[in-house]
Amino acid sequence: MAVALEKSAPLTGVRKISRRAVVAAILVAWLVLFAIFRGKQTLTLAAADLTDVHRWFNDVNDSIGANRNSNPLFLYFFNEIRLVIDNLVTFIQDLISQPSAGRPVPQIGWLGVVGIAGYVSWAVGNWRVALLAVAGFTFLGLQGLWQESMDTLALTVSAVFVALLFAIPLGVWAGLSDRVNRILTPFLDFMQTMPTFVYLAPLTLFFLIGGASATIATVIYAAPPAIRITAHAIRSVPETTVEAADSLGATRRQALLKVLLPMSKRTVVMGVNQSIMAALAMVTIAALIDAPGLGKTVVQALQSLDVGTAFNAGLAIVVMAIVLDRVTTAASAREEAARRSGSRFLTWRRPLLAAGGVVTAVLVYLSHTYVWAAEFPGEGGIGSSIASTADTATTWAQDNLSGITNAFRDGITTGLLNPFQSLLTDSPWWLVGVVLIALGAVLGGWRAGATAAVCVGLLVGTGVWSDAMTTLASTVVATVLVMVLGVVFGVWMGRSLLVDRMLRPTLDAAQVMPPFVYLVPFLALFGATRFTAIVAAIVYAAPVAIKIIADGVRAVPETTVEAATSTGCNTWQIITKVQLPMSRSALTLATNQGLIYVLSMVVVGGLVGAGALGYDVVAGFSQGQLYGKGLAAGLAIVLLGVMFDRITQAAARRVSA
Amino acid sequence: MATQVRQWRAGAAGLAVLGLALTACGGAKVGDDSSAADGSGSSGKCGTFNLAVNPWVGYEANAAVVAYVAEHDLGCTVTKKDLKEEVAWQGFGTGEVDAVIENWGHDDLKKKYITDQKTAVEAGVTGNEGLIGWYVPPWLAKEHPDITDWNNLNKYAAKFKTSESGGKGQLLDGDPSFVTNDEALVKNLKLDFKVVYAGSETALIQAFRKAEKNKEWVIGYFYEPQWFISEVPLVKVKLPEYKTGCDADAEKVACDYPVYKLDKIVSAKFAKSGSPAYDLVKNFTWTNDDQNTVAKYIAVDKMTPEAAAEKWVEANRDKVDAWIK
Repeated sequence: MAVALEKSAPLTGVRKISRRAVVAAILVAWLVLFAIFRGKQTLTLAAADLTDVHRWFNDVNDSIGANRNSNPLFLYFFNEIRLVIDNLVTFIQDLISQPSAGRPVPQIGWLGVVGIAGYVSWAVGNWRVALLAVAGFTFLGLQGLWQESMDTLALTVSAVFVALLFAIPLGVWAGLSDRVNRILTPFLDFMQTMPTFVYLAPLTLFFLIGGASATIATVIYAAPPAIRITAHAIRSVPETTVEAADSLGATRRQALLKVLLPMSKRTVVMGVNQSIMAALAMVTIAALIDAPGLGKTVVQALQSLDVGTAFNAGLAIVVMAIVLDRVTTAASAREEAARRSGSRFLTWRRPLLAAGGVVTAVLVYLSHTYVWAAEFPGEGGIGSSIASTADTATTWAQDNLSGITNAFRDGITTGLLNPFQSLLTDSPWWLVGVVLIALGAVLGGWRAGATAAVCVGLLVGTGVWSDAMTTLASTVVATVLVMVLGVVFGVWMGRSLLVDRMLRPTLDAAQVMPPFVYLVPFLALFGATRFTAIVAAIVYAAPVAIKIIADGVRAVPETTVEAATSTGCNTWQIITKVQLPMSRSALTLATNQGLIYVLSMVVVGGLVGAGALGYDVVAGFSQGQLYGKGLAAGLAIVLLGVMFDRITQAAARRVSA
Repeated sequence: MATQVRQWRAGAAGLAVLGLALTACGGAKVGDDSSAADGSGSSGKCGTFNLAVNPWVGYEANAAVVAYVAEHDLGCTVTKKDLKEEVAWQGFGTGEVDAVIENWGHDDLKKKYITDQKTAVEAGVTGNEGLIGWYVPPWLAKEHPDITDWNNLNKYAAKFKTSESGGKGQLLDGDPSFVTNDEALVKNLKLDFKVVYAGSETALIQAFRKAEKNKEWVIGYFYEPQWFISEVPLVKVKLPEYKTGCDADAEKVACDYPVYKLDKIVSAKFAKSGSPAYDLVKNFTWTNDDQNTVAKYIAVDKMTPEAAAEKWVEANRDKVDAWIK
């Protein structure tokens, strides 16, 4: 293997040039054939039209609904699951958010929750994040959203708990066995890219309306990152360590419990972190099936386009996300620090921990007993001033910026999006299919080509080929813009720690702020257009790309940069000749993640004028007779995602090899 | 070890003192006034009433008033559930939803749940009439009065061009919740327009709001009763008149949308339960003006649904009494 790699190394230069030439040849051939066959066999389907596949999906859905009460699977399986999860959610809600056991308030009031949050953050992290947690949770109360926030927290905690219950064992298994990993991966892809709207309605059929369905919807979306990261963590434990354990006569079980798990703890905690972030991203969607909490406030405020109130609630979600993110990140860093610093700290920690525990217990007791500590005092005045500030800012932007923004929108739309879209939608389906397969094979190898072939075949089968191509055009344009932003800001952040510190909270906010909160002003600026959808996708996807590229740039060895400086390179040369080429694998990873994140915004795009697959999914959720088409459109999004993921990953492996 | 224990004890003692001090100046205890609260909330024979709340303000207005009356006059415990239509109807079968209080047509759902599964029954009309159609902002109707007739639309098509409409006029469609015949209409009326899917009510409202403010050319799908009409009184464009059956073949539709008699749907179980809440739902009727008033309280004046309902109920006691007599 090593020999083969060495042999091919000198050849890569030649092959890279020829690969570029092949890609160019494919594109030229496409343009020529497009000119000849334009408008033929494009497989268009009108908004209200259905294919047989869609009708079949409808029938399946109907028959499940009709047999719900007699089917033993429901009576003895789904109902039991629902009962367990419902009890879990209700239990946590009774503790922190909902009046319970004849009391007008929950068991633990705000003071107790703030105390617990601070104590736990300190115990698992450090005092700085504890302070942040206390401040953050108090801020939620000052916003006038205490109960809503606690409902959201209760739901998030139960969803993450259930998700980890499955995710960590599955992740460990996938980490130990390649076969399990291969089997799991497509399922995980499916869970992450299938739009939630598609399975939201059926979920309520299986698990009824309420906490259980909302939790399960969240679990489906939140578990995959934890599974993937756990598997990755187990895999990245050095081979030699495992071999050493083996040679000492450790059994499989011992090797797992004493070596693999402790050594991968830090990364596993990052998986928990990603799970939490994913769960918080579901808050507004779950509100559509009556999940209590901040999501409801957002959805309700937007019915009357009350951006201020929606922003206030969105901000609460952001605050909660940042607190939970920083605490879990600190927890994973502490694992590392604790291991290194040894036991000297421990002797100090124990009495302090005990004392903190007692303080927390007192706070909990107070908040259980006294009204002032149970119900958050005040009317949430800060919340209403946040709301009115947000309103003023939005109105100002709408009044003063729309001239500039329209010109920008029209430029991108006519210059980039329209030509590309017509190339994709007006080409015959077989031509686009062949081009996709060929590009896959050239960029990612024959395996990626084969995957592309399967995906193209299935895409045709879904009956929404033309819509898929429209969506694909917007997706590619959005990804290109995401990468432009990613490189610009990523390099900037990677080169300066100060910039990184300043920008990071904004990036976090962009990732967890419910899209509609900022989409209402965008709608005023850009109208209901594909461009608005692209902007929405960029806001959501660019932070990921930026963060990955920043990390990549920072990972370039200091000495290399210094060497370049000493040879007289200026800043521009250092960036373009040293830092970017050396973080090439980060760039490919950023493209991959950027694309997947853009795809996950397709449905939101459908809500603001993108039409195509996103609209099909939303309409399928809202209209019974379009359910099957919505499901097909959801599948098409998954297929697009899988195809691009495989091609970019294969390309990335090639680049880094 | 000994020092550690001593430290520990000192800490605990200190905290206990602190705790006691705090307790002493504690203030009102939880549950002190609970007996008073319980008195007014005697649930009577009504029990729990699960009311679906579909996501638009007009519906919210209906639900707010019915819930208010059920709680205050009938002593029911009302659980409002925020759900999309499809999910709400599913809830009839699973027993989690008792009533849908504003239904727009939905013949497919009626067939599925009322005729086939028999889990739901109709509970009469709400008195509201639902209009669906094409609307233009008021400034446009004022400056070009003839635009409100479909025959003249082609004359103005070029003005409605946007970046999305591919050289034709743009007809902005699309709250995805409602059936639209607009693509067929454009084709069959030979209009030089392209249907562009805005995709949500939010997007439509924002488009019309901006159009009125900046005097832009927008024509799009909208409906009444809707709170936004009280902010910007959109003008409906006349399409060829609706006649029964003219929309039977979806591909050949060339007529206006029918006037929807909005109605109420309840679960079959709820209808047989003898709950006073069922009688309330069945008797509940009011006018478009009534709904617009409450919807305006909620959407424009930003009152909570409860406060909005209270205000309307107090001003219209006679109407409410007729529902619960």
